[in-house]
Amino acid sequence: MNTIECKNIVKEFGTFRALNNVSISVPQGKIFGLLGPNGAGKTTLIRIMNQISLPDQGSVFFNGNLLKGDDVYKIGYLPEERGLYKKMKVGDQALYLAKLKGLNTRQATRELKIWFKKFSIDAWWDKKVEELSKGMAQKIQFITTVLHKPKLLILDEPFAGFDPINVQLIRNEILRMKDEGTTIILSTHNMESVEELCDNIALINKSNLVVTGGVDEIRRKHGKNQVELIYKASEALNFSSSVISDEVFKDYRKAIFNLEKEETTKEAIQKILPEVDHILSVRELIPSMNDIFIELVSKEAK
Amino acid sequence: MNLNKINIVAGREFKVRVKKKSFIIMTILTPIIFAALMIIPSVIMMNDMGEPQKNIMILDNSGIVASRLQSDESVTYDIIQNKNIDSLKQNFDQLGVDALVEITALDENNNFTITAYSTKQLSMEMKSNIKHAANDGLEKYKLAEYDIKDLKKILDDVKTNISVDNVILGEDGQETESHVEINMAISYILTFIIYMFVLMFGNMVMQSVIEEKSNRIVEILISSVKPFELMCGKIIGVAGVAIVQFLIWIILTGVLVFGFTATVGADMISNMTGNTEQVVQVQNSGAFDISSLAAAAGDSELGSILTTISNIDFSYILGCFFIYFILGYLLYASMFAAIGSAVENEADTQQLVMPITAPMIIGLFIMLHTFQHPDSALSFWASIFPYTSPMVMMARIPFEGGVPAWQLLLSIGLLLLFFIGTVYISGKIYRVGILKYGKKATWKDLWKWLKF
Repeated sequence: MNTIECKNIVKEFGTFRALNNVSISVPQGKIFGLLGPNGAGKTTLIRIMNQISLPDQGSVFFNGNLLKGDDVYKIGYLPEERGLYKKMKVGDQALYLAKLKGLNTRQATRELKIWFKKFSIDAWWDKKVEELSKGMAQKIQFITTVLHKPKLLILDEPFAGFDPINVQLIRNEILRMKDEGTTIILSTHNMESVEELCDNIALINKSNLVVTGGVDEIRRKHGKNQVELIYKASEALNFSSSVISDEVFKDYRKAIFNLEKEETTKEAIQKILPEVDHILSVRELIPSMNDIFIELVSKEAK
Repeated sequence: MNLNKINIVAGREFKVRVKKKSFIIMTILTPIIFAALMIIPSVIMMNDMGEPQKNIMILDNSGIVASRLQSDESVTYDIIQNKNIDSLKQNFDQLGVDALVEITALDENNNFTITAYSTKQLSMEMKSNIKHAANDGLEKYKLAEYDIKDLKKILDDVKTNISVDNVILGEDGQETESHVEINMAISYILTFIIYMFVLMFGNMVMQSVIEEKSNRIVEILISSVKPFELMCGKIIGVAGVAIVQFLIWIILTGVLVFGFTATVGADMISNMTGNTEQVVQVQNSGAFDISSLAAAAGDSELGSILTTISNIDFSYILGCFFIYFILGYLLYASMFAAIGSAVENEADTQQLVMPITAPMIIGLFIMLHTFQHPDSALSFWASIFPYTSPMVMMARIPFEGGVPAWQLLLSIGLLLLFFIGTVYISGKIYRVGILKYGKKATWKDLWKWLKF
């Protein structure tokens, strides 16, 4: 079951095509990474999912039905460029945003008190936003995004501006909400958190969808079948297959070689095993999301 | 459109603005200033009478001026003759007078000159008293020189003093007296208020839009509110602020001015007309109103002014004022919102605001024409055309005879229609504008956004 599904989305601004036939499916209860360089069209796609703008072509389905006005109550959106009213009190402001998400004052106050306590910011209720640090304001924005218990949470760079402790706090909240069945779209440039959190991703570049699918599957697919071996031997090994590098690594030697077609790592190691005195480590080189991102985006640029 | 959300947005806008210190100060201070402006001149007028008596020494060598100067409560003239001006001047301190006036003897052309010596500047009033006495004296003297028979009778016969009383014939045959200056003053004040406050509250909407855009909360807001709802909420919220502010102003000014008039004003009128008995009656009856005061003031100029004021249908004028103010505000506020959405800080609004304030300024100029010719073709068309009608129509309404109902309805109808059209167009620009950052927008950009 897909929580949200964009089909063949086209969006144009004047003569500029911001999205060109982009389709993505975000499965329910998973974290979906929306990746792409700056200006690729991510924000445009997110705005279409939020009904901030309408697509010129294509359609968006929410829980299997065409996206409609009332669905905004089931979506929480934390934009990348986010602010608050500087002169307004934190509590009033959070209440205002909660009411716009369809909560009544009583519900909103109750929920907010719980969240403020959880983030240990209950003392700020009557403070003005201009008295708060950036990180504090970020916490409030995060709370107002998730307060109405959305089915779909769209987070654009949620960790920006947080210290490591608060990054951990937010990360845990995201994972907890995922466990509770919330679908999460995470747009970020931080590829480590993509590897760590995301189940699926879509990479958009220059208005086009470049790749979409499961994170592990994509990483394996983009692996070049290389193996890194750290070993000890009387002399440099004579790899049957093409060796990329083989050099001294502290007391050991580190070699990176390509596997032959259809050859597994086990078979390759077995071949060289007789000549090796000691093996410290063997690992298949699966490219990081960072590598894949750079590879795909710069390939497009050529 | 989700009315509930517009309501929430308007509520916040209203609450935030009404709680501001600047709002509270302005709301309380303005009526005080306004009332002071109306009250202080009359207080000064009354206090003039209590000023210490001035003492003026007149050295009249011509012999024809001094006899025409009359001492009164404010000034005494001390007339001397055949003294040496130079020695008097030297001993000015010992004379104990406020001024020494020297009138030279008549020369061959029957002329003289007058010089006033004083340590302080003479008041305008005193100077003109002396001047009038001198001119009058010299004129009479010269006329007498011709030795015309029955001169006094001829002069009395020639003397004229005619004023124009304008009586307005109502449709029901009723006659009302009118002082066009009063209508003009009311028309001028109301029109100017519309001009100033449409701009002021329009700017408030623009600032609010810019604030939300530049601190980027708008990005959070528009995932729950449609841009059009957000814009409408804002405009309605600020309208609420305007209405509350006006009501407080009207009530406070009214209380201050009428409170003053009821206690002190009646005394003034009795002083000026001498009709104390009736005024006191009015005062004692407790039912203070202008028309009974006017009756008390009787046939004097003041009486007819008061009659004019009491003949003005204030509830009708204020009703029209509110309609035109609110509709005019709504018409312009949405344009201000659209412009606010296109910029990131107020400094950038200049070139974009100019074209939308231009019709208002033109309206202001037409209004000046309308005072002179309330029924000219230009006045008529400008009071129908929605971008100028709030001001020009408001300039026409207070005049006696008023504006035909069909013109009023046509003008209001068109204003409503244009308001809806303008909000629709502004909404389209606003929707795109609030999410655009970076490049400074031009009119060309706004035009492009309309088609997104």
